[in-house]
Amino acid sequence: MSRIIHKFTRVVPGWQPRVTPVRLDEATPEQLQALKVTPSNTKVSDYVLVLAHDAESLDARSPLFNAVMYGRDGLDRAGREIGAIGASIVNRCIYCAAVHAQRHAQLSKDPGVTDEIFRAGPAARLGARDQAMFDFAVKLSQTPPEVGADEVAALRAAGLDDLEIADLVLASAMFGWANRLMHVLGDPVRAED
Amino acid sequence: MTAQPVHDDGFGLLPTARSDIAEMSRKARQSVLAPAQPGAWPVEWRHAVAARICRQHAATGLAEGYLAQVDDPALRPLGDPANSGRDAVEQTVLGFVDRVATRPRDILAADIAALQAAGVADADVVRLCEMAAFLAYQCRVARGLSLIKGAGA
Repeated sequence: MSRIIHKFTRVVPGWQPRVTPVRLDEATPEQLQALKVTPSNTKVSDYVLVLAHDAESLDARSPLFNAVMYGRDGLDRAGREIGAIGASIVNRCIYCAAVHAQRHAQLSKDPGVTDEIFRAGPAARLGARDQAMFDFAVKLSQTPPEVGADEVAALRAAGLDDLEIADLVLASAMFGWANRLMHVLGDPVRAED
Repeated sequence: MTAQPVHDDGFGLLPTARSDIAEMSRKARQSVLAPAQPGAWPVEWRHAVAARICRQHAATGLAEGYLAQVDDPALRPLGDPANSGRDAVEQTVLGFVDRVATRPRDILAADIAALQAAGVADADVVRLCEMAAFLAYQCRVARGLSLIKGAGA
């Protein structure tokens, strides 16, 4: 029986790699640098060990990801999570959607927003500000992107300024990247007991 | 190959308050387009495929920028999404890259197994995914920021 999860959930699944992860005891100095392995931090997930096959890219992306999702000023963290979730819905990345829906529920103290997104997908009906951000993220995540002036006007009408809109672009786009790693290189699976 | 003008890369549209992200994004681009260890994917081949992915995203300016760095006449046609590749292995690889770029939701474990069966090493599978995924990011940053008037001051 398959352990692979196909439905969106806020319960963060396990992740089963489709390629063999780098073995920590065989990692090159470049890989160890990208993995940020230190004597006090030797626990590394299979996902990161898979990405360590391309150490230069992992090393470049990790600080960029943190700056995009957790950088100061601009769009609040819950808004950035909406950008991440919109992309993850379009790309059907169950794992990314779970992690970031859980964070959104914690940050906003309201699981209702992601309940509705998981129920209705891109057609979700949300409050005005969340709706504008979610619709923008979903349309930006299509290939080619379908976002246009109307979606930007909706963000402005909801009160977002230029820096906040740029942050939403970055968070959504970053998950266009992350989903293409997480969803492509492994499967979300029921966590081991 | 000539240096790509930075003002054409989309990251130049980021607000001044996000100049750190522009800098880190360009470093990431270097890591997937011209890495120190390119594995099975030579730098010029990567630029041709980057042009292909940008075309799939209707990012014409970005596509032209990448293709301008491909001199080899055997590689330039790969920048056209209608070109399916020069041999069976390249056709499998490009078919995979095209789907990661345009329809990642449809990728299955069998797609990775097909690459492995074609002789692509696991590290090279990861390199392909990172390249396609970075370009998906860059095309969306460029598209989204182009819609914000006055953000690039």
